[in-house]
Amino acid sequence: MSTATSTAPETGGTTVTEVRNWKTPVILIVLAIAALLVFAIGAPSNDVTFRLTGENDPIVLPPIVVSATVTGWVCALVLLAAAAWSFVLVRAGRTVPVWLVAVYSVFFVAGFLTWVVGSAETPNVALYGLLAGSVTLAVPLIFGSLSGVLCERSGVVNIAIEGQLLSGAFAAAVAGSLTGSAFVGLLAAVFAGMLVSAVLAVFSIKYIVNQVIVGVVLNVLVSGLTGFLFSTVMSADAETWNSPPRLSPIAIPFLSDIPVIGPILFEQSIVGYLMYLSVAVIYVALYHTKWGLRTRAVGEHPKAADTLGVKVNRMRFTNVLLGGAVAGLGGSFFTLVLVSSFGRDMTAGQGYIALAALIFGRWNPLGAFFAALLFGFATNLQSVLSFLGTPVPNQFLAMLPYLVTIFAVAGLVGKSRAPAASGIPYIKG
Amino acid sequence: MKLELQGITKRFGSLVANDHIDLVVEPGQVHSLLGENGAGKSTLMNVLYGLYEPSEGRILVDGQPVSFSGPGDAMAAGIGMVHQHFMLVPVFTVAENVALGNEATKATGMLNLSQTRAKIKAISDQYGFDVDPDAIVEDLPVGVQQRVEIIKALVRDAEVLILDEPTAVLTPKETDELLAIMGQLKSDGKSIVFISHKLREVKQVSDLITVIRRGKVVGTADPDSSTTELASLMVGRAVSLTLDKAPAQPGEATFRITDLTVLAPNGQRVVDGISLEIRRGEILAVAGVQGNGQTELTEAVLGLQGHVSGSITLEGHELVGRSVKEIIRAGVGFVPEDRNVEGLVGPFSVAENLILNRYDQEPFAKGLGLKPAVIQQNAREKIAEFDVRTQSAQAAAGTLSGGNQQKVVMARELSRPLKLFIASQPTRGVDVGSIEFLHKRIVAERDGGTPVMIVSTELDEVLELADRIAVLYRGRLMGIVPGNTSRDVVGLMMAGMPAEEALGQEQEFGTEPGSGEL
Repeated sequence: MSTATSTAPETGGTTVTEVRNWKTPVILIVLAIAALLVFAIGAPSNDVTFRLTGENDPIVLPPIVVSATVTGWVCALVLLAAAAWSFVLVRAGRTVPVWLVAVYSVFFVAGFLTWVVGSAETPNVALYGLLAGSVTLAVPLIFGSLSGVLCERSGVVNIAIEGQLLSGAFAAAVAGSLTGSAFVGLLAAVFAGMLVSAVLAVFSIKYIVNQVIVGVVLNVLVSGLTGFLFSTVMSADAETWNSPPRLSPIAIPFLSDIPVIGPILFEQSIVGYLMYLSVAVIYVALYHTKWGLRTRAVGEHPKAADTLGVKVNRMRFTNVLLGGAVAGLGGSFFTLVLVSSFGRDMTAGQGYIALAALIFGRWNPLGAFFAALLFGFATNLQSVLSFLGTPVPNQFLAMLPYLVTIFAVAGLVGKSRAPAASGIPYIKG
Repeated sequence: MKLELQGITKRFGSLVANDHIDLVVEPGQVHSLLGENGAGKSTLMNVLYGLYEPSEGRILVDGQPVSFSGPGDAMAAGIGMVHQHFMLVPVFTVAENVALGNEATKATGMLNLSQTRAKIKAISDQYGFDVDPDAIVEDLPVGVQQRVEIIKALVRDAEVLILDEPTAVLTPKETDELLAIMGQLKSDGKSIVFISHKLREVKQVSDLITVIRRGKVVGTADPDSSTTELASLMVGRAVSLTLDKAPAQPGEATFRITDLTVLAPNGQRVVDGISLEIRRGEILAVAGVQGNGQTELTEAVLGLQGHVSGSITLEGHELVGRSVKEIIRAGVGFVPEDRNVEGLVGPFSVAENLILNRYDQEPFAKGLGLKPAVIQQNAREKIAEFDVRTQSAQAAAGTLSGGNQQKVVMARELSRPLKLFIASQPTRGVDVGSIEFLHKRIVAERDGGTPVMIVSTELDEVLELADRIAVLYRGRLMGIVPGNTSRDVVGLMMAGMPAEEALGQEQEFGTEPGSGEL
C-alpha cells in the first residue's frame, strides 16, 4: 500500500431516516379523546373526596376534595395537549420521551380515578389504603420478577416462576403449621423454590431440554402435586397441616407515622422488608459486582465468557437456584402474610404476571419492581372500586390488571431487549 | 517466552483434525500458520488455548510441559488469543469486556472499573490504539473491536498472542494498521502466531511460515518463498493463481438499478441511492468490507428486502415489488452468501437441493407429484458436470465439504437459461482447488452472454474476476472503476473515498504499476 492511505477521509456517518414510529402518538390521542368524552364531558356533577390518612392515625391530614367536572376537564385537556405534542415530535422525526408518557399516565390515572370514584355510590376513597394495598398485592409479583431477572440475565428462561411461588406458599404453610414457627416456614419456602429451580436447571442446562417446556411442565407438576396434597392430607386435618402462624407487620417507630408513604415503607411484615432489600441487593449486585458482570456476560455472550475462564454452566446453575430461592420466598407471602392457610392454586397465575413485569421492566431489577407495583395497583384498584359500587361492571374491572399487562408488554414504552443468549443452552466446543 | 507443541493430535470421533503437529514459537517472532479453510489451523489453536483437550501430544512453555483444562489456564501461562469471531459482549463497554474474567474489586467487593480503565488507557497510549474505555462495543468499528481483543490479551500479560484469521473482517487500510501493530508487539518481545490463508499478508509479516494441510504439517517456508510455491505447498499440487479469461465482449445493458434505496427495520439506509447497470457478457464485481450494504443490495434484487425504493429492471421489466418466485422465473440465478443458511437445505439430499428452484415445474413435477426418476437423473448429470464429490445423490447436502456444497448451489443456479446471474461470496470457505473451478464456471456464464454480478469481500477475488468494479461504502456507491484498477485505489474506495479522488491520489503519489497483482 502507498502512503496515500493515511490521508483517506472519513465520509460522514450512516444516515438514519424515515420509518417513524406512529404507534405511541396514535395510542395517546385515542386515549386522550376517550378521556375527553368520559372523564370531562361525562363527568358526574358532585365532588370527590380522597382521604390521605385514617381517622386514628397519629398525623391527620385533611382530605382532598375536588370537583369531578373541573378535574375531568383539566386532565382531559392536559392529555390532549401531551398527545398533540407527541404527534409534533414524531412528525419532526424525533421519538416521544419516556417522561412525557409518564406524565401522561399520571394524569390519565388521576382523571380515571376522579371519574370512577365520582360516579360511585359513595364518592369517597381512602387513597392511602389504595396505595398500601397495591404494594401488598405487588410483593409476590416483585419476588417473582426478581427470580426472572436472576435466571434470564444468566441466559435461562424461567417460566416456572408460577410453580416456584406455589411451592413456596405450600411449603411455608406446611412447615409453619407443623413447627408453629413462621421462620421455619420462610426457610421451607426458600428450599421449595430452590427444589423446583434445581429440576429446571438440571433439565435445561445439563440435558438441554427446551427451557419453556420444562418450565410449563414444572408449573403443571407443582399445581397438581400441591392440589393433591391439599385435597387429601391438608383438608383431612387442617389443624395440623394447614394453619401456619402469621407474620404480622412490624411498624418502625416514628417513620411509620409519616402520612401515605409511612405505612408503605415502614409498616411491613418481614417478607415485605425482605422484598425491598432483595430489590436493592440484586440491583447493586447485578451492575456493580464481579458476580453481576459475569452473570450478564453469560446471558449475553456465553462463548466470550467461556474464553475468559468463566464457567458458563456453573454460573447459570447458581443463578437459577438463587432465582428459585427468591421466588420461593415470594410464595411464602401468600400463606404467612396475606392469608393464614394454603388454598389450591392460590397463586392464580401471578407467576405469569411476574414474567410480564420482568419484560415490562426490561430485565432490570428496578424496572421489574416498578412494573410489578403498577400491576399491583391495577389489581387493588379493581377490588376497591367494586367495593365502592361503581357504574362500571365488575367483570370489566376484573380485566383491568390484564389489560394493563397486555398494553405494557405490547411495548407501549419503547422496545425492550432481552439478554441475547436467554433461552439458548450453552454447549461447549 | 518460548512455546512448543509436540506431536499434538486432536480427533473428533473418526475425524483426525490435527495429526501429530510439531510447532515451535520463539520469543519475539511472528510465526505464521498457513493453510486452507478446514486444514486444522483453528483446531490446533483451540487446543493451545485450552478450549479443546488434545487427544495426544504435549505443550511446553519455556521447556516445561503444561496442561490446560480451560482458557483460564492458558491465559495464566501467558497465552492470549484474538478469535476470528470476536469474543466480545456487544452490549458491554470496552472496560467491562476487558475486566470480565479478570475483575479488579474494591475492598467492599464492588467492581473497580476505574482501575481497568487506567490499564486500557496505558496500553492504548503505548500502542496508539485510540480506544475509549467507556464506549459500548457494538457501536465501535470492527477494526477497533479487534484492538479491544488485543487489549484483553495484553491486560492479562500475554507473551504469546494467537491471531486467528484477523484480517478477514478488515478493510485493506485496517489490515495495514494491524500488521503495523503486530510489528510493534514483536519489537516489545511478544511472540505472535498468525493464522491466515492470505499469502500476501503472511509473506509480509512472518519470520517463519508453517504450512498445514489436512491436519498435518507439510512443511515450513521462509517469507521470501514465492506465492506460487506457498500456494502449491498449501494445496498439495500446482495451482494456477491467475485465472485465464478472455477480455469481456460486452453487449447491451439489460440489467439496470436506478436510485435504489433499502431501509433496515431501524430506519438505517443500508443501501443508499445506488444506480448501476450491467451489460450482457460482463462481470460487475461489487467490492466492499462486509456489512456495507452488499447483502441488502443482492437481496433487494431478488425481492427479499422489505423497504425498497427506486427501480430495478431486467430487460425492461420492473423487478421491485414482485415476489421472489416471479423474479426467479424471470431468469435470475442467485447464489446467496451463506450456503448453510440460505443456499442449501442441509438435511435434504443433494438431488433434492439441485431442484429447489424448479421443484414445481416440468420436468421435475407433474401436477401435484414429483418425478423421482427425473430428479435422480438430473442429479447424476449435475454431479458429473460440476465434479461434486459426494458418496451418492442421496447423501444429505449438509455432510458435504464446503467446496462441494458450493458446487451444488452453483450447479442448481446455473443449470437453466439465465438473464442475470448474481453470486454473493461465491468462494467463501471453499478450498483453492474448487475456487479455480467455480471461477471458471462464472466466467463461462459471462461468455455465454449473461450479465453477471459478483459480490465479494475478498479483494483478490474481485480483482481476478471483475470486468468492472463497483465499490460500496456504508450503503453508498463510491464509484465504478475498470477491472484492472490497482489494488490501492480499490482499497481507498473501500475505506470511503470516492473513485475520482482515489484515482487522483494514486496519480499524485505515483504508486508503482503492478502493485495490484498478487
